[in-house]
Amino acid sequence: MPSKTCALCHSARPILKRPKTGQQICKDCFFKVFETEVHNTITEANLFRTGDRVAIGASGGKDSTVLAYVMKTLNERYGYGLELFLLSIDEGITGYRDDSLETVKRNQEQYDMPLKILSYDELYGWTMDRIVSTIGRKNNCTFCGVFRRQALDRGASALNVDHIVTGHNADDIAETVLMNIMRGDIARLGRCTAICTQGEDTIRRSKPFKYAYEKEIVMYAYFKKLDYFSTECIYSPDAYRGHARAFLKDLEAARPSAIIDIIHSGEAFEVKQEVKATQKLQQTCKRCGYMSSNELCKACTLLEGLERGLSHAVITDRARQKLDAEEPPSQAMRTIPYFNLPRAPGVTS
Amino acid sequence: MTDSQVLNLKVEFGGGLELLFDKKRSHRVALPSPPSSPPDAAKKTPADINFLIHWLKDNLLRERAELFIENGTVRPGILVLVNDTDWELEGEGEYVLQEGDEIVFISTLHGG
Repeated sequence: MPSKTCALCHSARPILKRPKTGQQICKDCFFKVFETEVHNTITEANLFRTGDRVAIGASGGKDSTVLAYVMKTLNERYGYGLELFLLSIDEGITGYRDDSLETVKRNQEQYDMPLKILSYDELYGWTMDRIVSTIGRKNNCTFCGVFRRQALDRGASALNVDHIVTGHNADDIAETVLMNIMRGDIARLGRCTAICTQGEDTIRRSKPFKYAYEKEIVMYAYFKKLDYFSTECIYSPDAYRGHARAFLKDLEAARPSAIIDIIHSGEAFEVKQEVKATQKLQQTCKRCGYMSSNELCKACTLLEGLERGLSHAVITDRARQKLDAEEPPSQAMRTIPYFNLPRAPGVTS
Repeated sequence: MTDSQVLNLKVEFGGGLELLFDKKRSHRVALPSPPSSPPDAAKKTPADINFLIHWLKDNLLRERAELFIENGTVRPGILVLVNDTDWELEGEGEYVLQEGDEIVFISTLHGG
């Protein structure tokens, strides 16, 4: 039976049962605890410094739309002193990304934040539509994932920001923990629960919604009437993640704390030094200057495959070396512009 | 005597679920009374949300029923609100519908 009054203010009528705590709370208390928990996540992890330029990775979907709204709210309420930007990547998927970018453009107006859109076409010379029409629907998510990661960094570099925040939520992170266990990817398992990742030559990336449940994000968007876009990508979703997600949702239905419990398990894993040592050292891509664990970064390798019409053969590093021995890449081949990291924080150029 | 009675409801779909329902977010629904259960025909089966979910699947859903319904209820990951209140506070599927109720179904499963 529903309680008569909110578990926090003991006066208003409850409208939501919190999955994390089981508490029944009213609308105003919900907004307050949701925002305060994100603020606590940010301050406990020391995510920002006054004056930081921060890009919000914005897809127009629920998580990034709520993130933009909450970041703006907290920045004003607690005086973080951040300069906020919206950064969107246009993969070139007709009927999907073009519609969601319209949402981001409205968010730009609604939240009064500068927006930068960087397209695969501009950066790589290929849209996802063209990639799929060339290689089919088998590996297209690999291309899209590799290209998006690098595009976000390059967009951030163009905006000269110090930091990228993304809308990854607790459900996403729990899902990734499960996937890394099921794939035996111990190195990633050790990293995937980190709230902030930063290599020596990468832009800081963090996840202020690390402990925010998807249910609460969606409820927040609903009660605040935020404008977001929700359609599945038209090029078959990541099937493996889909199974992990369905499994996680079943667990959550049986016991709502499952999501936070899985994140805690992921955090508690200690990866042995010997295992860490097997990870390849980071270097710089000899062609485009982006960080890479091989001579060529993944995006350059994939792009070369597309350009040479051999996208299936070129997916592994070994296959590419074999190909190079047979026939070196042509000079006219499209490559990615050279990557320059923005100035180090606090250093004036 | 009230067997022909209908309940007038407002049903909304969001978060991508509207794509399964004729791409329309908002629907006016005249929900008929559920059939009486055979063992005790005199006892009326209440029109609850579980009944509404099945009725929507049979009458309003246009495609991919498995994205809406699973094991007799909404698929995990779909949020339900009764008059703007989380259905978990209202007895979930066993909430007995009232004339004029607004029921909202929101999928959380789409990318963010």
